[in-house]
Amino acid sequence: MTNDSLLKILRRNGRSSSADLAERASLPENDVEAQISAWEADGTVLGYQAVVDQARTGHAAVVGIIEVKLTPEREGGFDRLATRIAKFDQVLSCYLMSGAYDLLLVLEGQDLMEVARFVSEKLSTMEGVLSTATHFRLKTYKENGFAFAGDEDPERLPVAP
Amino acid sequence: MDYLSKISRQVAAVPRSGIRDFFELVQGREDVISLGVGEPDYSAPWHIREAAIYSLERGNTSYTSNLGLMSLRRKIAGYVEDFFDVQYDPTSEILVTVGVSEALDLALRALLNPGDEVLYHEPCYVSYMPGVLLAHGVPVAVATSREDDFALKPDVLAEALTPKSRVLMLNFPTNPTGGVVSPEDLEGIARLCIERDLIVISDEIYSELRYDDNPHQSIAALPGMRERTILLHGFSKAFAMTGFRLGYACAPEPLTEAMMKIHQYSMLCAPITSQVAALEALENGSSAVEKMRASYHERRDFVVRRLNEIGMKCFSPGGAFYAFPDIRELGLSSQDFAMGLLEAENVAAVPGDAFGASGEGFLRCCYATAFDQLREALDRMERFVATLASS
Repeated sequence: MTNDSLLKILRRNGRSSSADLAERASLPENDVEAQISAWEADGTVLGYQAVVDQARTGHAAVVGIIEVKLTPEREGGFDRLATRIAKFDQVLSCYLMSGAYDLLLVLEGQDLMEVARFVSEKLSTMEGVLSTATHFRLKTYKENGFAFAGDEDPERLPVAP
Repeated sequence: MDYLSKISRQVAAVPRSGIRDFFELVQGREDVISLGVGEPDYSAPWHIREAAIYSLERGNTSYTSNLGLMSLRRKIAGYVEDFFDVQYDPTSEILVTVGVSEALDLALRALLNPGDEVLYHEPCYVSYMPGVLLAHGVPVAVATSREDDFALKPDVLAEALTPKSRVLMLNFPTNPTGGVVSPEDLEGIARLCIERDLIVISDEIYSELRYDDNPHQSIAALPGMRERTILLHGFSKAFAMTGFRLGYACAPEPLTEAMMKIHQYSMLCAPITSQVAALEALENGSSAVEKMRASYHERRDFVVRRLNEIGMKCFSPGGAFYAFPDIRELGLSSQDFAMGLLEAENVAAVPGDAFGASGEGFLRCCYATAFDQLREALDRMERFVATLASS
């Protein structure tokens, strides 16, 4: 069992205890704890999150997906602007993309107005931002590998040859 | 009516499967953790199911060629060449069947005359002996042992050969032991088969599910063996497609033709939806197979370690998804152990003697079960073994 497998289990279930991980990976618990601490220290593992079906909580946030076109800079390309945009709390994810636009942002706001305000007041007015296109999430079917409406458990025979 | 007198003597002579008795006992109980299954705990990967659904939507509901869809046979030829390093002509040397089970039956019926002896290593899959009997052959079990990690040794095989020996059946990795065979032993077995002019039926159904460092090797790939081997493989285990019932046989044309004769009059063809699903599996399924394999590997390591910790001695099986712990020192027969475990702790594992007399003293524990269930099952088994030790 390698560290890759350990990371795979952890990526699927960040709440796995080190005892659980050690059992699954057939490694001593101390080694697992040391490895995870090392990953947390060197930035390989940045954090742990729950995947939540917000529709069930009764107050789903508004999620905007925004395509951004930028003017690249002589030094550093898109990095300086992208880092600056990513620092806003509303920005959950920020990716540099190939294709028709440069940055893809995932934004979360309390309501439509909050997302709209961010786009019109913060993002569009930033020097170097050429244009934006904003899309709103309507419904989530799957997130980070978790399907929101799961399959029913198929019936299996208890004993089979 | 005296029904017994109406039933073929051949069929009446076939003993009832040991697994069926056990199945009926387990069936009536609730909250059983079952390590008794012989199939993956996954549904078939979604892209495979989706391809099957799409083919139904388009109205593909007809018969196919007796041999199977040409597109599928071509893909199988490519896959078999890549994976097993043996070449077969998709137009005449590959027959698509309803699971490996049908292929096995066809192979035996195509090869045997009454009285021909068929050798197979035991413990083995439950249908080998009955399959031979139903094809009017004489089953000859060659016992393998825990000491050899249930591999078939050429010298042990040699002792079982007689002038009536016609066919050797191989299944590595093995259901129920998970045992594999070393390249040296496989070469020794191949030499014997050539010397004694045997035909080999090689059931490769677990061949993708290997966890040891050796790549899987089929006897068909050894020098002089392609011409005398019927290679059987299918989609049930590696692709988690048991219910699709799809397998295939690869063999030299005269043997394929002989099997085809039976297949065309009894089965006609394998279901087209399953054939389409299998095509998708071969085209795009490799990453799903690898993901499942890695997960079985993780579970094998855990289960084998825990079994040894709790006093159920278990070798580390090289493949399949079964652990086959040795319970001979625990003071109960495999039947009594399995029944006791079920009664006391609600854990179902199949007694080893269901897989032949040489399985006595062992238990088949299938680890294709969710990790949390495995953990709980092993904790319960630990309690059960502790009560045996203290009584």
